[in-house]
Formats: sequence, C-alpha cells, structure tokens
Amino acid sequence: MAATKDLDIRVEYVTRVEGHGNIVANVKSGKVEKCEFHVVETPRLFEGMLRGRSVFEAQHITSRICGICSCGHSLASIAAAEDALGVKPTEQTIKLRKLLLDYEFLDSHVLHAFLLVAPDALGVPSFVPLVATHNAVVRQILRLKKAVNDCCDILVGRHTHPITAIVGGWTKLPRPRDVDEQIRILEGMAADLEPLLKLAKTLKLPDFERDTEYVALVSDDGEYPMLSGDIGSTDGKRVPRKDYRLTTNEFVDQRSSAKFTKWNRDSLFVGALARFNLNHDKLLPEAKAYAKEIGLKPVCRNPFMNTMAQVVEIIHCYHHALAILKDLKRNGVDLSQEITVGLNEKGAVPVRAGNGVGSVEVPRGILHHNYETDKDGLIKHANCIIPTNQNVNNIEHDFAKFLPEILGETKDAIRLKLEMLVRAYDPCISCSAHYLDVTFVE
Amino acid sequence: MKTTDKTEHTPAGAAGARTKPKVAFFDFASCEGCQLQITNLGETLLDVLGAVDVVEFREAISEKYDGVYDVAIVEGSIGDSHAEERLKKIRERSKVLIAYGACACTGGVNGMKNGFQLDEIRQYVYGKDYKLFDSTPTRPVHEVVKVDYFVNGCPIYPPELIEVLKHALRGLPYTVPDNPVCAECKLNENVCMYERGVACLGPWTKAGCNSWCVNNGNICYGCRGEVKNPARNAAADVISKYNLKPELIAKKFEMYNKCKEGAK
Repeated sequence: MAATKDLDIRVEYVTRVEGHGNIVANVKSGKVEKCEFHVVETPRLFEGMLRGRSVFEAQHITSRICGICSCGHSLASIAAAEDALGVKPTEQTIKLRKLLLDYEFLDSHVLHAFLLVAPDALGVPSFVPLVATHNAVVRQILRLKKAVNDCCDILVGRHTHPITAIVGGWTKLPRPRDVDEQIRILEGMAADLEPLLKLAKTLKLPDFERDTEYVALVSDDGEYPMLSGDIGSTDGKRVPRKDYRLTTNEFVDQRSSAKFTKWNRDSLFVGALARFNLNHDKLLPEAKAYAKEIGLKPVCRNPFMNTMAQVVEIIHCYHHALAILKDLKRNGVDLSQEITVGLNEKGAVPVRAGNGVGSVEVPRGILHHNYETDKDGLIKHANCIIPTNQNVNNIEHDFAKFLPEILGETKDAIRLKLEMLVRAYDPCISCSAHYLDVTFVE
Repeated sequence: MKTTDKTEHTPAGAAGARTKPKVAFFDFASCEGCQLQITNLGETLLDVLGAVDVVEFREAISEKYDGVYDVAIVEGSIGDSHAEERLKKIRERSKVLIAYGACACTGGVNGMKNGFQLDEIRQYVYGKDYKLFDSTPTRPVHEVVKVDYFVNGCPIYPPELIEVLKHALRGLPYTVPDNPVCAECKLNENVCMYERGVACLGPWTKAGCNSWCVNNGNICYGCRGEVKNPARNAAADVISKYNLKPELIAKKFEMYNKCKEGAK
C-alpha cells in the first residue's frame, strides 16, 4: 500500500533520449524523499571555446552542440550573429530559413513521436521488436525520416550540420529542379504520414496534470512563430528577445548547488506543448483539425501530451514547407543572392563591435544564442541557453507531483512511467553547452 | 592512422556463421550526430540490422546487454575521468573497436577546449562551482585505448561507415584515404575556393567525404584531420599567391585539429 511503501529507483542512462541523464528516486514510508533527474553528460564548454573565434564561424561550431538540432542551433546562431553585426537578411533568405526549420521539426518530431515514444505506448523496449511485430509501421517511419533528410540534403547539403546556411544568407541556393524535387519528396510523404497520424491517435498516454508556465515565441502576425518574435508566456508576459535572460533566470539552489531556470513561477515549460498553448490559433487548418479530433485544447497541462502537440506540429510543418516550396516554384529563386563564405576575412563584409541575440523555436522549445563581439567580429562572450536546460527544473517539479500519484503501482511500472515522463519532454541532453547536474529534494 | 598500419584483424563475425555479430554503439562527449547519421540511413538501416545484432544503441533502444561485443562503435571524445574508465571497460569487452566521427578520431571541435587553461574555461562556463563537474583535457579515443578502425569526419560520411563496417565484419583492414580533399573536389568540378578569394583547408585535409562542404559552396574546415604528408611547400605557395595570413589558416585548423598539439 502506498502509505507504507519504500522505494529506491536508479535508472542509469535513460534510453531513447539524446544525451545522458539518470533518474534517482527515493521513497520512505510512502513519502517521497528524493526524485531527481541528473545530467551526467561530460561538460563540453562550448561557450568558453567560442571566445576568440570569428562570429562568422559561430554557426559552424555551435551546430556541433547537437547533431539532432544542428539546423536549429545554426539558425539561432546566425540570428545572434546578424543581430550583433547589424546584417539584415533578405526576404528570400528568411523564407528558406523557415523551410529549413520546418524540416528540422519534421525530422525531429517524427523521430521522437514515432520512433522513440511509440515503443512505450505499444509496451516494447524499443523499435527493434517492432520491426517484427509492426514492420510496416517501422518502415513508414524510416521512410519519412529518409524523405526529410533527402530534402535537407538538397537544401543545406545534409541534415546533421548543415553546410549552406550561413551568416548573411546561403552559399548555395536551390535550382528550379531542386525545388521540384523537394515538392516531389514531400508530396510522396503523404502516403506514409497518413497511417502514422491515425496510429498516433491510439497512443495511450498517462493521465496527469500540473499547472506551470508555458514559454514560447509570440508575434503579432498570423504565422505560427518559429524563427522570430518576442518571448511570451501563458502567464501573460511578453519581452523582446534581447531580454531573454529575464525569461530564463538561471539561478543556483543552495541545497543542491544546481542551476535552475524560471520566469514568473517556480519552473517553466518550453517545447511543442508550450507553442501549442500560446499559438494554437496560428496553426494551419489541417493541424488545427487534427488537434480538435484528438481533443487537444489550449491550455493543456499534461506534459505527456507534449508528444501529441509534436504530432500536431508535424502536420503544420509539413503543409507550411509545401506552401513555401510552391511559392518558390511560382516566383522562382533569385540565384544572384548566393553568397561566398569567408569574405569577411578580407573585409568584404563590414564588421563592428556588437551584442546580438538569436531566439528561435527548435523542436524541443525556445533556444537562445547570445554573442558579444569586438570591433574585429571576434567573440568576446557567448551564451547559449538550450530548451532542455529550461525544462529540467519543470521535469523535477512534475516528478514531485507525479510520483506520489503512482506510488501504488509496481516498481517496474513506476520506473517506466518516470522514464516516460522524461521522454515526453524529448530531452536533448547532448546539448550540454550549459549543463549542470540538477537535483531537487522534497 | 593506425588502421593502415595494422597487419592482422580478427574477423568480427568469426564466432560462427550461425550467430550474427554483436554490435554495440557507444557515445562520449559529442553531439551524437554520427549515431543519428545511422538512423538517417532510412530503410537501409533495416538491412544493417538484418546483418548484425545490435545489442546497445542508447539513443534508439532500451535493451541492455552484458556479454562480449564483436564490434564496438564509439562516438565522441574523452573529456572526464568517468568517461575514460567507461571507455576502458568497453575496450576490454570488445573484439573490434571502431572510432567514428571527428570527436572520436581527432577530438573534433571538443579539442578547442585544450586551447584554454582548463580551470579558466571551466570557470567561465560553470562559475564558482565549476569543480563539481569533472573535466580533463580532450583526447581522441585512440589516445586512451587501442582503436582498430577509424571513420573520420564531422559528421561521418555514411557510405564510408558502411564500407568500414563491411571490412570490420570480414576482418579486413580498411585504409583511410590519405590524399587531400582537393583530389575529390577537382573531380566534382568545383571552382577552387582560393579562386573565389577565401581560404579553405582542403589542401591539408584527408579526403573521403567527397568534398561535401565545397560541393555546397562552403569551405573545408579540416574535420577529417590532416593528411600524413601535407605538401608544405605548395601550401606556402598557395598562402603567398593568394596573399593570405598564415595565422588565419592556423586558426582555422584549430577548429578540428587542436588536440594534436596536446593540452595546455
């Protein structure tokens, strides 16, 4: 019985997440003594390493913070560098960046929602057993991933560590046949996407709710904001991106020597569910219809539903990407806008001392890069605040409420549910640009 | 590279034709992008899975295995004591060890850390509590344990990984290309980046990536490591012909090749 239960859980290296994290839970006589999510990734010290590098190199270097979000890091890095340098990208450049971000969301969400989370919903340890039991499903997922990757190969050279997207624009622009090919690939995805979207409706996720503050980009125009906008929250707050530090408030807790983030409450949530909760109105009709069908309504306070919000975003990004491509096909791509990398080394691009912030929505939530540069465009200070870092504090607050609710279940069931809760956030721990071991003791 | 020097290899699949070779993937300090390159193979992944028995792949699966690995595929560089111990244990249990990706093969971008005083850079990022987080100078895998095969690049070039896997599973040596990226770049008919007025590390960097970055309008950043015998005189000619600062080239090299110099 819950009241007398003792429990000691240690999950070393939570699997099916990117990066290394451990869960530690202790319960004595039915009382939660400790439930922590530890990040055990080797510190990689990116912000330290950026010092002295040219701000034009920052995209290449910070892309390497994370293999899965390398396009997102690239776009945040480029935005920060352009802000510091005072470079204004062209409309075409922005359009193509939005397309790249759509691909990033599609790739990451397909991997997470279908390949990494579905095994939990279907009660198997990984997608490997599904190869035998749900072979068609696995093939559909892998084909979708391959399709998005093929599109990225065309647009940016490759998905992991994009090549053509740099400060100021693009080193290679899609030719008409490249636009056609991307349209062909995307349209071909529909056949695999449809059954997976149907399957996603059958995912059974734990029933759990906790009120928290949801934070995402917000804007005044009608487009679902991903690449630009202000930083907003479900608590009604809104600040420009240059004030990102106000919204992340990294602080050290005396009891645990750990860094947390918060804004207007004890913890905050970033990611698909935060975007959905703040910008649901701006989703494309197809995505909105699906959300309605599965009963996902703002403000949804069940963190497990983050996965379903990702599925909704898959639909949105799919149609958004197709619309951009069709626009490019109709209006053509101005190839004269191709730029050469590295020309700043000979003074062809003016540099100045500056301080720039890039805040971009990436699959796991809002990502901030901030560079301060000297008059030669060399980085003096760098700060990158990644989504998972912002969520860890919220995960632990969820633990504190969730664990007592499930104490009556078996130890295996509890362990699985805690792992599922961590996975619902789609944590990306390899982004250890700024990571600290976070502990929470109740 | 050690791969080419090796005279004998134990066929990883030699245990018997009936059992599939047990393959495990491990990651250390890295972006895990090279693992991702494997999931990016699409349905080809299923062919790979059909030929081997994947016993560990933390990013994608939950199963854990405690036997001997026929092939251990290791990503990431080594930058703390816990990682060093873990890697040594993996080596003890592995018949063949493949280092894949720039971080594992040369230290990769993580090597830039070695250009700073370790305590200074740790304190810059983590503040006064920096000592809570163990950190040692970045080392590539082969500086900690014996490596049988190398797959260079940031990220790895997937066709090369498949090639190396085929060699490893048959116990054959694999030779990492040791000619410069320019050799492939010329075949791809790219306009030389020097002709376009910018410095590129292609002339000094190992080929094998099919000049991936230059094909896409960017420069070579040297992610596959330096060729054994760079044409130093020709390089000096290039630098003077295009009126480039040698320091600029040296600085570019630090991005992926800093580890070679040893730690500060």
